[in-house]
Amino acid sequence: MSNYVEMWKDLGMDLDTHDQLCQVLPTAFGDVYLSQENRPEGMGFWDFVVSEIHGIRPSELIEAQKKGQKVFGTFCVYVPDEVVIAANGIVTGLCGGSQFWVPGGEKVLPKSTCPLIKASVGARLDRTCPFFRIADMYVGETTCDGKKKAWEILGKDVPMYIMDVPQMKREKDIQKWAEEIAAFAKEVEKFTGNEITVEKLNEAIRTINEKRQAMARVFAATKGSNLPISGKDRLLMTQIAFFDDPSRCAQMCNKLADELEQRNRDGVSVFPAGTKRILLTGTPLAIPNWKLHHIIETSGAAVVCEEMCTGTRYFENLVDETQTTLEGQFRALSERYMKNNCACFTPNTGRIDDILRLAKEYQVDGVIDVNLKFCCLYDTEGYTVEKALKEAGIPVLGIETDYTDTDAEQLRTRIGAFIELLK
Amino acid sequence: MRYAIGIDIGSTCTKTAVLNEAFEPVLLFVQPTGWSSVDTAGAVRARLSQEGFDPRRYPCVATGYGRVAVPFADRTITEITCHARGAMLLHNSADLTVIDIGGQDTKIIRVQGGRANDFIMNDKCSAGTGRFLEVMANTMALRPDELCELAATGGGVSISSMCTVFAESEVISLIGRGESRENIAFAVVDSIVKKVASQAGRLEPDAGCVCLTGGLCECDYIRRALGAALRTTIVASPQGRYAGALGAACYALQTPKKEDPS
Repeated sequence: MSNYVEMWKDLGMDLDTHDQLCQVLPTAFGDVYLSQENRPEGMGFWDFVVSEIHGIRPSELIEAQKKGQKVFGTFCVYVPDEVVIAANGIVTGLCGGSQFWVPGGEKVLPKSTCPLIKASVGARLDRTCPFFRIADMYVGETTCDGKKKAWEILGKDVPMYIMDVPQMKREKDIQKWAEEIAAFAKEVEKFTGNEITVEKLNEAIRTINEKRQAMARVFAATKGSNLPISGKDRLLMTQIAFFDDPSRCAQMCNKLADELEQRNRDGVSVFPAGTKRILLTGTPLAIPNWKLHHIIETSGAAVVCEEMCTGTRYFENLVDETQTTLEGQFRALSERYMKNNCACFTPNTGRIDDILRLAKEYQVDGVIDVNLKFCCLYDTEGYTVEKALKEAGIPVLGIETDYTDTDAEQLRTRIGAFIELLK
Repeated sequence: MRYAIGIDIGSTCTKTAVLNEAFEPVLLFVQPTGWSSVDTAGAVRARLSQEGFDPRRYPCVATGYGRVAVPFADRTITEITCHARGAMLLHNSADLTVIDIGGQDTKIIRVQGGRANDFIMNDKCSAGTGRFLEVMANTMALRPDELCELAATGGGVSISSMCTVFAESEVISLIGRGESRENIAFAVVDSIVKKVASQAGRLEPDAGCVCLTGGLCECDYIRRALGAALRTTIVASPQGRYAGALGAACYALQTPKKEDPS
C-alpha cells in the first residue's frame, strides 16, 4: 500500500494494529486471487483498488469532505443511496468482512452475534477501519435484532440515523417504507444543508440505476455455458461496488462486461468445459470474505451467481425514473427496495421464487445455501430454501460458517462431496 | 488378475482395502493414523508391497481427511462418496441410508439408485462422534468397546451436555456421586445415539435399508439403540469399518493407473 500513514494518523486510527491487517491482506489476496489464470483484463481496476483498499478511496472521501460533501456510512442494501446522492452526499460501505475485527467486537457484544456485526463493531471501536473514521454519519436499519442493539453501541460517538425497515410486505408496509425514505431525506437535507429537489433525485435515481444495470451485465455474462469470469472475481467487483463512486463503478463494470461478452463470443472460459455450476444463496460476503468462493472454485466447481446482498439483491430491480413529485419518487424508491427479499421479512416467499428463477437462469447444477453463524433469520429460512430446492429436483447443500479458517478443511470435504454427487 | 487399492485415512484409524476385479475383498487391514498421515501412508505402502499389492502396479484411490497425504494415490475422493459406495458393496443394495460414526465426524448419507444424492455431516463439534465415546471411555478407564458392552446393562442416567469437555465434567461428577459404571456408560452411548438420531431426522426418512458403518458399527448395542431411536432396523456388516476404504477401492477399479515417475 502506498504511504497513507499521515492520513491514517489524522483519522485517529490505531496504526500498529492496522499495520497487522495491512500485512496479511496482500498475501491472502495473492493466494486467492492472483493465483487464478487467464483473468479478465478489466479486473486490473479492482486489483488496484484492493492493493490500496484503505488508502485510495478514503483519500478521495477526505478530499470531498474538504469541499463540503458529507459521507454517509451504511450497512445494508435497503438504505437508499439515491437520497444521499441527491443531496450531494456520498455513500460508503463500512468494514465488516474479516476475522481480524471480530475479537474487538466480542469485547462488547455477545459471542453469539453474527461475525458481520462483531467485525463491524470491532473495526469501529478498535479504530482499524478508515471508512468508519471518515463517515460523518452512520445509517443503520432494523433488519435484525443483532444490528438494532449494535447501533446503540456504535452510535455513541458519531451521529447515527436508523431507518425502520418493515417486517412484512403488505401495501401498508410499502407505504410505511416510502414514509421512512421521506423522513430520511429530511434528515439528509438537514445534515448536508442541501435541498433535495425532484430534478436532483431523478438524476440520482438514474445514476444508481445505471450502476445496477452495469452490474447486472457482468452477472449476465455467466448465464451461458461459457464462463468468462470466475465467481471470485465477480464477488470482488460486487464487494467494492459498496465503496466506490457509483458512476465510476458503472463505467468499470460496463467495461468489464464488454470484455466478458467478447470472451463469450470467442469462447474464452476460465473453467474447463463441464465444470459444475453453483448458485450461492444466503448471507452477505463482505470484503475480504472470499473463503467459500475459494474453496468451491478450487474443488472443481464454479460459482456462477450469488443470491446475496453482495450479489443479485444489490442490483436487481430498477427504480421508476418517470416520477415528477418527491412523493412519487419516494414511493417509487420504496417499491424498488421492497422488492428485495431479505430473510428479515415474513413471509418471504419471494426469495424462494428468486432462488428457483436464478437456478434456472444461470443453469446451475447445485445450490449452496450459506449462513453466517448466528444469523438466526437466514439459518431458519434455510430449511424452507432447502425444501423448495429439493422439491424442484435441484441438489442443495446447507453450510454454516464464520470468518475463521478453522473449518476450512471440513468445508472442503463437505463441498467436495457435494460437487462429487452432482450429476 | 487385476486388483485395486482403497485407502481411508481417518482421524483415528487408517483402513486399507484391496479388491479383485470381481469386487471381492482380498486384503483388509487397519492401523492407527498416529501423528503423521504421510508416515502412515508410507507404512500402508510398505504393507501393501509386502502382501504382493505394490501400489506402483495397481490403481489406488485415497479418501478420508488425510487423503491428500497419500503421494502414490491416483485420485482422491471425499469420504462421503466413498462411504456410500462401500456401503452399497457391503450391503449389496443401491438404495440405502448410511450412518457412519467416525472418529471426528458423523455422516448420514442417502443413496438412491446407486448414487449418493444427499448427506448431512456434523459441524466442528465432536458430540455424537467416536471421539466423544473415546474421551468418555478414557475418563472411565475403559476401552471404547468395553464401554459399549457395559452400556447395554445400564440405564436411568443421562448426560445433558453436548460439548465433549463439559460432558466429561458431567461424567466425572457422576463418578464422584458413586453412579455405577454401567449407568454412566449407558448415558454416554445414549447421548451419542440421541445426537446422531436428531441429525438423521434432518434427512427425509426413506424406504430402503439403513446401515451403520465406521468404527462404532462393531458395537452391537449402539446399532440396536440407534435403531430404536430411529424406529427402524439398522444393519451392520462385520467389515463396516472398512466401508470408506472399500468404496475407494471400487472407484480405484475404474481408475487408470498413473504412470509411475520413479
